[in-house]
Amino acid sequence: MTLGMVPFMFAFLLLVIGLYAIVAKRNLIKVIVGLLIMDYAANLFLVLVGYRTPAEGAPVAPILTSGAAGAADLAARAVDPLPQALVLTSIVIGLSVTALVVALAIRLYEKYGTFDTERMRNLKG
Amino acid sequence: MQGMSPIVKNMTRLVAGFIVLFGIYIVLYGHVTPGGGFAGGVILAGGLALVVLAFGEEFARKVLTHEAAQTADSLGAILFLVIALGGYMVGDFFTNFLEDGGTVGELVSAGIIAPCNIAIGIKVGAGLFGVFLALAAFRRVAPGPGGRTGMLQG
Amino acid sequence: MDPVLLLLLVLLGFMLVGSLIAVETRDLLSSVICVGAVGFGTSLVFLLLGAPDLALTQVVVEILILVVLVRVIITRRDETTMTSRATLPVGLVLLALGIMAAVVFGTLAKTDEGGLRMRPFGDPLLNERTEAAVMAPAGEKAPEGAPAEMPKSTGGAFLAHGLAAEQSSRGTGAANYVMGILLDYRAYDTLGEATVIFVAVIGAYAILRKVGRRRHAGNVADR
Repeated sequence: MTLGMVPFMFAFLLLVIGLYAIVAKRNLIKVIVGLLIMDYAANLFLVLVGYRTPAEGAPVAPILTSGAAGAADLAARAVDPLPQALVLTSIVIGLSVTALVVALAIRLYEKYGTFDTERMRNLKG
Repeated sequence: MQGMSPIVKNMTRLVAGFIVLFGIYIVLYGHVTPGGGFAGGVILAGGLALVVLAFGEEFARKVLTHEAAQTADSLGAILFLVIALGGYMVGDFFTNFLEDGGTVGELVSAGIIAPCNIAIGIKVGAGLFGVFLALAAFRRVAPGPGGRTGMLQG
Repeated sequence: MDPVLLLLLVLLGFMLVGSLIAVETRDLLSSVICVGAVGFGTSLVFLLLGAPDLALTQVVVEILILVVLVRVIITRRDETTMTSRATLPVGLVLLALGIMAAVVFGTLAKTDEGGLRMRPFGDPLLNERTEAAVMAPAGEKAPEGAPAEMPKSTGGAFLAHGLAAEQSSRGTGAANYVMGILLDYRAYDTLGEATVIFVAVIGAYAILRKVGRRRHAGNVADR
């Protein structure tokens, strides 16, 4: 087993921890915490896939800092910009979805007086 | 929600302008340095949230109102769509119609990317600030008349 | 060993410990603060992997989420004695998740036939080169003026040829390549994302609205 697969395994482990929190916890805030952890794990995995260790020189971010002449050097050393573009939108969408879920939790607390889903199940009506 | 102590209020008076300026800088230079519309918009929302947290709910009801946040959100979205439809003048939907001007690495370059960043910065900033107001700033005790948007406690 | 890989593993280990604490601790405030630690750890990993836009965005998004969550929790008291669902055997859930993790790790570890054939960390698809005809959209030929050999991934093609206006790919002129992809090549996706944010924000307003709700004895807050 190569060492090159270990970061992906760590990201997947983070995803599994988040999934466990969503499935097996009875407090609504813990479910929101699990959703957040899964979100971070998915974004992390995408960025991990795009990283490149170049043949010579240090890896560099895909931003042109020295005019149009530096484009060739950037093409040899930069990391992949496409996963970063995807993850940039994903981070802000994660924030909006978390805000929506927290609004749901606030409404549920107003109706039942608790964050506990088992007690909500008994109080239903 | 009340405001905070006078120390926090004075520090906010000093610092909030710089935070908003930083957010505008990140939005405007998004095509040259790291950042862009999304990061700058979230920074703007954070700066406005700081002001509301420090000065209390009364400030949010009078100056940085919820209606203003919703209006700015919609205006940002409409501006983005207008830029997109402006591409029809040249070719198809969303073509870069301001393309040949300026050199790479300057503020004036990269066609429609800078106006698009501004539109997205306004939209994301105002939207997330409105959500912050609805979630964390308004007191929710008993239902009553709720203002024009229905968020405020009477 | 590569120092970037070592630092990355240390940061990922820190994030794993933080997420375990966040999921298992009984105090809600500690749990939210640990999620904040995981988020800031993610931001550091983004910075280490050469993604400064993402690090910036992740930090400010994390701060906003923390502020909102702490304000929601701190005024609403809730005493729970047990933390796991009563109707769901926790041991069974852990066993199922463990089997899933073992299967995925097993296929990830095999880098030859039968595995996922994922490229190892640090050696992505854009290191391979292929002819320009392969990178053209399906059913079309490569345009004239395209270079003979292009990197195999779309991001790599953009890195190599995205800035130049003479060749087949239309240059964007943006020094920040990520913004060039997001707002010029894939601007339609950005419009979709603005729509998703809009809908989520309107959904939050619709849930928290007070207009039209009547006093109802079922609402605990109305008693």
